[in-house]
Formats: sequence, C-alpha cells, structure tokens
Amino acid sequence: MPPPPLEIHDMTVAYHRKPVLWDIDLTVPEGSLVGIVGPNGAGKSTALISVLGLIPLASGRVEIYGKPYARQRHQVGYVPQRESVDWDFPVTAMDVVLMGTYGRLGWIRRPGAAERHAARLCLAQVGMEAQADRQIRQLSGGQQQRVFLARALAQDARIYFMDEPFAGVDASTEQAIVRLLQALRDGGKTVIVVHHDLQTVADYFDHVILLNMRLIASGPTATTFTHENLHKAYGGRLTILDEAAEAVRRGPAP
Amino acid sequence: MTFLTWIVLIGTSLLGSVAGVLGCFAVLRRRALVGDLLSHAALPGLCLAFLVLGQRHFGGMLFGAFCTGLAGVGLVTLVCRWTRTKEDAAVGIVLSTFFGAGIVLSSVIQNQEGGGAKAGLESYIYGQAAGMVLQDVLWIAMVSAAALVVVVLLFKEFKVLSFDPAFARTQGWPTLALDLAMMGTLALVTVTGLPAVGVVLMAAMLILPGATARFWTERLGPMLVLSGILGAAPGTIGTLLSAGVVAGWLGFDPLAFGPTATNLPTGPLIVLSGTALFLFSVLFAPRRGAVARLWAAARLRSTTARENLLRTLYELSEPRLPDRPAIAVEQLLTHRAWRAWQARWLVRWMSWLGLVERTPEGARLSESGLGKARGLVRTHRLWERFLIERADIAPDHVDRDADMIEHLLGREIVDALEERLAAQGGPRDAVPQSPHEIRRTKDEGRMSKDK
Repeated sequence: MPPPPLEIHDMTVAYHRKPVLWDIDLTVPEGSLVGIVGPNGAGKSTALISVLGLIPLASGRVEIYGKPYARQRHQVGYVPQRESVDWDFPVTAMDVVLMGTYGRLGWIRRPGAAERHAARLCLAQVGMEAQADRQIRQLSGGQQQRVFLARALAQDARIYFMDEPFAGVDASTEQAIVRLLQALRDGGKTVIVVHHDLQTVADYFDHVILLNMRLIASGPTATTFTHENLHKAYGGRLTILDEAAEAVRRGPAP
Repeated sequence: MTFLTWIVLIGTSLLGSVAGVLGCFAVLRRRALVGDLLSHAALPGLCLAFLVLGQRHFGGMLFGAFCTGLAGVGLVTLVCRWTRTKEDAAVGIVLSTFFGAGIVLSSVIQNQEGGGAKAGLESYIYGQAAGMVLQDVLWIAMVSAAALVVVVLLFKEFKVLSFDPAFARTQGWPTLALDLAMMGTLALVTVTGLPAVGVVLMAAMLILPGATARFWTERLGPMLVLSGILGAAPGTIGTLLSAGVVAGWLGFDPLAFGPTATNLPTGPLIVLSGTALFLFSVLFAPRRGAVARLWAAARLRSTTARENLLRTLYELSEPRLPDRPAIAVEQLLTHRAWRAWQARWLVRWMSWLGLVERTPEGARLSESGLGKARGLVRTHRLWERFLIERADIAPDHVDRDADMIEHLLGREIVDALEERLAAQGGPRDAVPQSPHEIRRTKDEGRMSKDK
C-alpha cells in the first residue's frame, strides 16, 4: 500500500512550554478534501503550521507520503492566513504568485518566461488575470485570498495546506474557491483546510478532523461530523487539560 | 574641484547608494531601528579593536565594529525571545548599553598617552567625511561591490524572506541563514560608513532613501534601484555643499549665515539633503504624496457637488419631463445643505460646463445636462433599491446612505446592479421610480416660471 499523503504520530505542540495540542494521531487519505474543524483556540492553525515545521514539535512525528516534511517540500503547497503578511509590501499579484515557483527554481536562478507563463495560468485559474499587475494593497480581501491560492497552485504540489482560506471573503469568492478546491481534489490532489464555519462543513469536505486541544475525531464526514462528536468538540474545553497546560508552563512548584 | 573633494564625493555617494539599497529591506521589514542599533553597538568594537591592535588600523577596527554590531542585534533577539520585553524596548536597552560601554572604553583610550588622537575615535562618533583618503574610498568601493553582489544574487530569496518568511520556510529556504546574510551585509555597510557620517547619522543614511523610494514605486526591484540613486544624491549634494563647491558655482555661499559660517560638516549636510528629498516625496509623490491625496479628495468633493446639483435639478423637474423647467436657487437650497453663495457658484460653474442653463429665476438643465442627470439618478435609484432589497435598509433612510456611496460607484458595479434588478423584472436603461417620496415644494417649477 502506498504511504498516505499525511500521517501524524503522537504529535504534541507547545508554545512557551505550554502545550496547546496533545497527542494528535491521525492519517489523511489520498485525493480527499479535508476540513480541520474546532472551536476558537482549539489549535487548528497551530496543528497546520506544526505539520509544516514552522513551530517545533514537543514530541511525535509527521510524515508526508511516508517521509519527513523536510524531504517532501516540493510536494507541498501552503496558503497562510491572509493577515500574516504586510499587504503594503511593494509587489504585484504576479510577483506574489511567482514566489510559488521559487522552491523549484532553487538558489539564485530567477523566474523566467516559463515561470511567468505558469504563474499567469494560475492567476487565470482563480480569475485574477486582469489584476496581475496591481500592487496587492489595491486588491479586495477576496482578491488577496485568491492571489495566495494562485501562489499555492504555482507550487504545483500534491498536497495543499490552507489556513482559513474563506476568512473575510464574500459569498461568491467562497463558492469560486470551493470549486477550485474540488477541482484539485478531482485531479487527485489532497487538500487540507482549516475551517471555522460549521454550516458548510458537510457540503465542502469529504473528510473531517475535529480538534479541541486534542483530537476529537478524524474520518469521513458522513460518519465523523456527527452530533455527538460536535458536542464533544464544542461542549466546553476540558478544564483539566487547560489546568495541566498552565501547570507545565509555570514549571515545578517552588 | 580639488582631487580631495572628488575622493570625498565618490566615497559618500557610493556609501549612500549602497546603504540606501540595503536600507530598503530594513524599512520594509519594519526593522528600521536595526541601523541605529548596529551603528551604536559598533562603538565598543572599534575601541576594543584599537586596544588589542594598539594602533589605528582601518580594517581591524571595522572588523571589531562589525562583531559587536552583530552581537547587539543578536542580543536584542535573545532578550525578546527569553524575556517578556518588547522589541522596541529591547533595542533601546541594548543600544544604550553598548554605546555606554563604547564611551567608557574610549575614555580609557583617551587617558592613555596620546591615545585619543591616535585612535581618531571622535570621527567615528560624529563622522568626518572631509577626512576621507583614497584608501578609505577603495575600501568603501570594495564593500559596496560585495554588498551589491549579495543583493543581486539573493534578490529573489530576500524578496520572499521579507514578504512572507513563514512561506519561505515551508519552501525550504534557510530563513535564519538568509536573515543573517542580510543583516551581516547591512552591518558591514554600516560600520564602513561610520568614519564618514558617524554613529548617529548612519541610521538616517540607511532609512531615508528606502522610505523615500517607497513613495515613487510599487515594486521591489525599482524601489531598490531608486533607493540607490536617492542614497547617492544626498551624498553628492552634501559633499558639494560642504566643500563650498556650490558656493563657487553660485558666486555666493547659500549656507553662509553671517560672515563666518563656512566649512559646515559633510555628514549632517548629507543627512539634511536626504531629508529634503524625503519631504519633497511626502508632498509631491504621485498617489502616495500628500498633494496628490489632497487633490484626489478635492476632486471627489467637487464631483460630488456637481453630481448632486444635476440630480437635484432632475428630481425637481421630474414631474414635468421632458420639459426642462427653471428651478429657483432658493428651492435648491431646501434640498441640499448648500449655502446660497455655494449654490450660485455651482450653477455658474455648471453653466460654464454647458450642463446647466442659467435663467433669471435660477437654473434649468441643458440638453446634455439632462442626459447626464438621467444617468446619475439611475445609479442613485438602482443603488437605493439594492440597499432596500438586499441590505434591508429602511426606504426613508436609504437616500442618505446612497448619497455617500454613489459618487464612488464604478461602471462595473452599476452594470452588476442593473443585471440583478433586470433579473427581477426591473426596468433596463430607463430611470427607475424613486423608492421613496421626493420632497418637492408645492408648485415647483411653475412658481419660478410665473414670477
């Protein structure tokens, strides 16, 4: 059996020694559209950026197609939260999308005609060709999000990680993004999305990961996105986990 | 111009140029204070190097400055990470600590026999561009060339690191090493510039050109080039002013305050020239400049006033269209928050534009004014209907809400609005009915005509 696109073993993540995710253990099947769902502060985004190696794991390991992330970067596309960058930065939409090709280019080589062509196609896929030469501050929130998506497309990956791609976009942009994600999935890619709108989970995703500091459930939407599991995830945080985390942060009692 | 002036001119321009290019990254990454930190933290390094070497050795002292400068930057990072101190406070603490240590060390040197003069430390604090010799310029040229090569080769890497470091890391770029390369190059340029402009003014050489260039361009590559030019220019101007060359050209000294004031120091003049360029850009840059923005705001206000006049005239004439009755100015005043003189002035202006015809009583729409007004009223009402139907705003409130927005609606949005309303069986092209009552004084139109 070929290795799955994402496998997480006993992953624990801590900020300033305070654990925010405990013992996450899951596998994501190939060619699926996966939603990471949970209440505010449940550690959804933290889980995503830990998998991408942006914060160190306190314990556990993550495998992408059976190998550690560091060796599989070329297979991975990433869409960060829109607020994570300075939109006043002097770059155009095209410049940002070209950044998706940097990983393939390697050191020193600049993007050439081939990369420009590829980037233009990615912009077209998200309906942003006309805005290619605009500075990114002049774009609307939804358009900025589309630029980030186009950059991930330019990475030409097998597995995509997206941090709240629907945050602050209008309904029609959301529909366009969903259709794009479904097209990726239908093309055999795996797409993992941090999502906070419970209403749409059942419509959008094949596979759901329910988080609240620990893994509540992970599996096909039909069997996982149930009342019972939702109640577990949203029915208040486990106070004892919070208290334990606080105790770890404070360190041993004097 | 003497040979010595040429030396100083080339040195300061090169230095300003390369400091400007690297400073762009510091400005864009909101690390503008790093330049300040680097230059202050360099002082103890200079002194230590002198104490160790026992003589004034340019390269050796710069190496010492480079080391303590980077140590200062590293220390700020550590303080931020391991204590709860915020970055600005950490910069302040480290900067003054290192500078204090530097002052103490330099007093030690000065107390040695003849040490102070030998070390020439004064020039590092206040800068002494006029004292530059050929060897210094060669050194500056070498450092500049190296720094530019780094920026040109790693342009793509620096760009992604500055814009989105997290993304850069997921792509596998060694962001820490790249950051070190960037800061190291910045530190190298900073310490090289110290003898010319001094500790305090070096920060301005790094920040001013980048901040100025940002006003004129929306892309990183052009910004770097422009910043290089905007760094070189003050170097040139400041040197020429200081050396009295400008005075020679003009036949009088523009900087002479009173009979004695000549020989002003080069470093401060360079920085002040840079500030002048910055101020010019703040005021006059297209789009981002203050004048352009005020101009855009004034244009919007005048468009708004003109469109409001046309729409008011149309709505007051509406019951009698296609006749174009004359409307009294007093009547206009009951509908708009205009003063009488504003309304009269507006009417005069619009009649000059051919959109309104002046009559003894007041004004009426001209043929072309009617066409234009029709379009405006249509936009206004389409938007009103959209607000009522989609945004659930009460019909008697909608007029004012629409008023604020409609002048800004582009062709695309109006078309989209039409599309939606047409889909609901609404009128196309025609001016829709107003969704709310339009207050017209009784006997409008006729009143002014009969008088």
